[in-house]
Amino acid sequence: MATRATVHAHAAPQGFIRKYIFSLDHKVIGIQYIFLALTAVWVGMFLSLLMRIHLYWPNAVLPLIGEIKPETYTALLTMHGTIMVFFVLTTAPQGGFGNYFLPIQIGAPDMAFPVLNMLSFWTTFVAFVVMIAAFFVQGGAPLHGWTGYPPLSAVQSAGPGEGLGADLWITSIAIFCIASLMGALNFLTTTLDMRAKGMTMMRMPLTVWSWFITAMLGLLAFGVLLSAGILLLLDRNLGTSFYVPLVVVNGVQMGHKGGSPLLWQHLFWFFGHPEVYIAILPGMGVTSQILSTFSRKPIFGYRAMVYAMLTIGFFGFMVWGHHMFMSGMSPYSAFAFSILTMCIGVPSAIKTFNWLGTMMKGRIRFTTPMLYAIGFVSLFVSGGLSGPFLAQPVLDIQLHDTYFVVGHFHLIMGVAAIFGMFAATYYWVPKMFGRMMNEFWGRVHFFITLIGTYAIFMPMHYLGMAGGTRRYSSYLEVGYLTKLMPLHEFMTYAAIITIAAQFIFVINLFSSIFKGPKASDNPWEATTLEWTTATPPPHDNFNGMTPVVHNGPYEYGVPGAPKDYVMQTDTPVTVAGAH
Amino acid sequence: MGLALLVVIWLITFISTYFFAAKTWWLPHGASTAARFIDGQFTLTFVLMGIVFVAAQVALGYFAWKYRDRPSAPPVAYSHGNVKLEIVWTALTTILFIGLNLMGYPVWAANRWEPARPGAMQVEVTGMQFAWYFRYPGPDGRYGRTSPKLMDPSAGGEAAVGLDTSDPAAKDDVVTGSLYLPVNREVDLTLRSVDVIHSFFVPSLRFKQDAVPGLMIHMHFTPTEVGDYEIACAELCGLGHYKMHGMVHVLSQEDYEKWMAAREAEKQ
Amino acid sequence: MATYIPTRPVDHIGHDQNPPVPPRGGGDDGRSDYPNYGARLRRARLGLICGMVTVTMLFISLTSAYIVRRGLPTFDATKQGYFRDWGEVPLPWLLLGINTAILIISSITVEGARRSIARRAALAPVKSIPGVSLGDEKNFPWLAITVVLGFGFLLGQWLAWGELKARGFFVNTNPDASFIYLLTAAHALHLTGGIIAMIWAGITSLLHRPIEARRIAIDVTAWYWHFMAALWVYVFALFGLMR
Repeated sequence: MATRATVHAHAAPQGFIRKYIFSLDHKVIGIQYIFLALTAVWVGMFLSLLMRIHLYWPNAVLPLIGEIKPETYTALLTMHGTIMVFFVLTTAPQGGFGNYFLPIQIGAPDMAFPVLNMLSFWTTFVAFVVMIAAFFVQGGAPLHGWTGYPPLSAVQSAGPGEGLGADLWITSIAIFCIASLMGALNFLTTTLDMRAKGMTMMRMPLTVWSWFITAMLGLLAFGVLLSAGILLLLDRNLGTSFYVPLVVVNGVQMGHKGGSPLLWQHLFWFFGHPEVYIAILPGMGVTSQILSTFSRKPIFGYRAMVYAMLTIGFFGFMVWGHHMFMSGMSPYSAFAFSILTMCIGVPSAIKTFNWLGTMMKGRIRFTTPMLYAIGFVSLFVSGGLSGPFLAQPVLDIQLHDTYFVVGHFHLIMGVAAIFGMFAATYYWVPKMFGRMMNEFWGRVHFFITLIGTYAIFMPMHYLGMAGGTRRYSSYLEVGYLTKLMPLHEFMTYAAIITIAAQFIFVINLFSSIFKGPKASDNPWEATTLEWTTATPPPHDNFNGMTPVVHNGPYEYGVPGAPKDYVMQTDTPVTVAGAH
Repeated sequence: MGLALLVVIWLITFISTYFFAAKTWWLPHGASTAARFIDGQFTLTFVLMGIVFVAAQVALGYFAWKYRDRPSAPPVAYSHGNVKLEIVWTALTTILFIGLNLMGYPVWAANRWEPARPGAMQVEVTGMQFAWYFRYPGPDGRYGRTSPKLMDPSAGGEAAVGLDTSDPAAKDDVVTGSLYLPVNREVDLTLRSVDVIHSFFVPSLRFKQDAVPGLMIHMHFTPTEVGDYEIACAELCGLGHYKMHGMVHVLSQEDYEKWMAAREAEKQ
Repeated sequence: MATYIPTRPVDHIGHDQNPPVPPRGGGDDGRSDYPNYGARLRRARLGLICGMVTVTMLFISLTSAYIVRRGLPTFDATKQGYFRDWGEVPLPWLLLGINTAILIISSITVEGARRSIARRAALAPVKSIPGVSLGDEKNFPWLAITVVLGFGFLLGQWLAWGELKARGFFVNTNPDASFIYLLTAAHALHLTGGIIAMIWAGITSLLHRPIEARRIAIDVTAWYWHFMAALWVYVFALFGLMR
């Protein structure tokens, strides 16, 4: 059901530049974000490949790149982390898929502020260019890790890359903060104000909820990172002492006095912890959507899912100290942070139970997006359950800053979020480009990636337990670490295979976009609003109409209904005897 | 497809669990008083989380296979969930997680809330790019003055930590590149760093603490077995992070006294 | 037992029938031929609130850094002990007081601009009826005055910086000075944004944009300006509290 509408925020643009480059259309901007993230993920993945090669073949001289020196390695890990966290995990799920599908799923013709939306993308783009530029300046990219702890990140002479490279790094992050804030503002206003008639908050798809909560987190978190970054820039360049106490680097006393290195850690992690939820929440949303769609069953505990995400978001701001148990922070506050961190495990567990409950007694269709959604749940469980180890300060005595942590966050925030993106890609490409993706190659890609992912990141837990410290460019300097080299060997081979398998995805993606079989308007027989409109959606999403919503988002298998799914715009479902 | 998924997920689960349970790579042998408690808490966490891990993964694989779409499959159970069930598992996970966490606190408290007992041996640890230095206060029990102006990392030893030799208290200070400790005696470490953040990590002694410039952090532990234990830096500190290692030599009381006497003799 | 009771025929988009226009609901602005300025105003204000949350977080974060940095002693190897490295900056209170007054007055004038254009926008549909005249409008230049006062405030802050420099306090002299420069600069930067927005709103009034559209711009800018005034009073009070 729909009503006529004649006014759209902006007319369909004509020229190439207005249409595809500086477009105001949220769909084009979404695709721009996705391709930016796709570029970034290849850069990030390439950097990780170099690191893995260096760990196993320390003396290898690579074509074009040459020898990887210790400072090259630390620069690689810094840039790998930063690019992945900011330009992939934050950019694609929220800026990309969120931008494209949030307005459609709530029945809006566009974002609330289209110009701001465009600015937000191009600001992100500038941030990316600035970040990449750090590779090419004198001294190269910074070596202080993506967490950039001062004084290492604040003193120019603390290492190669801490000159102009580090300035570019922090500037890029500051620019990225501004871009994300603009995006978050837009997402929140759009969700609150542009929902179609009948689209109450409790009828929004869980994807919309996840983008909405992610935007709230972004709005509150990025301002803090921005302020922390400004302080760091001042310490680096104007000789202030926010973070840097009296230090002697290479025998030279620096001009700083009295600063607190822990201040940065508090500010950074106040942003940094919500940031991991910014990365994973959209993945949770899309997994919920896809599990329900392909189990042909309503999502188990819709409200519980919404409250769980809100709780995760809420607690996400109160647990930052669990990154600092070994930092010299008060051991009493460690107690509080640790209890709060455990609390965050509860809504995460609820979500897992509900996903399993959704699959139970369904009729599961194994499409590629469904495989990825199931893979997401598996990774979420695996990555999540190492959380209660790390949340205990007493176990962090052994595990902090080891590969156990690396394995944990790669599984849960890295690869799980990426599985969410893969699921989203296989699920929505038919709507975005009007072509189906190849199922066979999708499955091949899935199984190699799932097994490969576990092969890379599970051994990291073993490595960490044995005391394998992270961010080491070589394991050959310390006796007990040298004995752990076989694990590195295994992970390196696993990484090479898994990374090679990603070519399958890219080839499948591009060949499908251009040559895949044509997709119908609703190929998955799904219920949410994006499947009511044409494929690909017209400029104003609903071709001059505005949808009216009568149903919740996941009405599958309704007894007595003409089909096994009832779309949100269909006749209202009144089910006697069920709540 | 459901079967393939079941097989893959179950295989991943069992192989992963095997290497944990078989202790192929387990925590290194513990040689301090805290080790027994930490390892106990780790094992407890591991068992509980392991059960949840296996149960969840097995269920995931099983559901994928069992509820696959096929002509003979029964119609889906139309349900929006079950509030009672939600409450039950919320309560259970809360109890599990919080309870587990609280169990670890006695160890944490003993390690971090309570200061070292009086009479604990004093050693100052100084981290700098990329070496550890250890300073013993000597017979007078007092550390001599250090000065940033006197620090010369390339010279190593006393000069590296910037010991002011004009201070009488500095006369008997011993500065070494390895940590020598007597067995079964509590050590009160004073951790400091002169340049960037380092982290003093001795896996076998279950000891880790960041050394932060601008802070003097006291941390204590008691080694319980004679032996040599490796120190690794556990906080990214620059390009040489990977080679910022050192040794802790835990000696018998007599050997330690002999060693210390030799060092003091060198000072004269 | 659950049963599906159809209450209306399933009706897809694209069907050539004219369903009744539903009443407004959800977030829909009930699009009609006449642009819904009420909805646009609401949307713009909502966006502004989000923006203000962001700016608030930025200043909360700087404030907590200010408080923490002041309270935390650090170990100073030259003195062999923990010291609070602070050092208070004597502020040019009179100058800052005058600045505060200027900004508060400008907040009042911008409110005048906001109300005046809201009144005129409300009358616009009436005026668009042919033959109806409400007589000549006498527009007091509220906006222009606000812009001038805004520049006055910035100038005052510049003078205050000059005064600090003259007293020998630069951004890296001591942490108190660092924070004072940082907070005033961050506020001034945000305030400059407000001035640009006001100038933009003034320019659009020359471009024959509909008065309702201009009203939205001025309304949002005015609220932002109030926020900036309140923020400055907060920063000013913070300086007072920190010494």
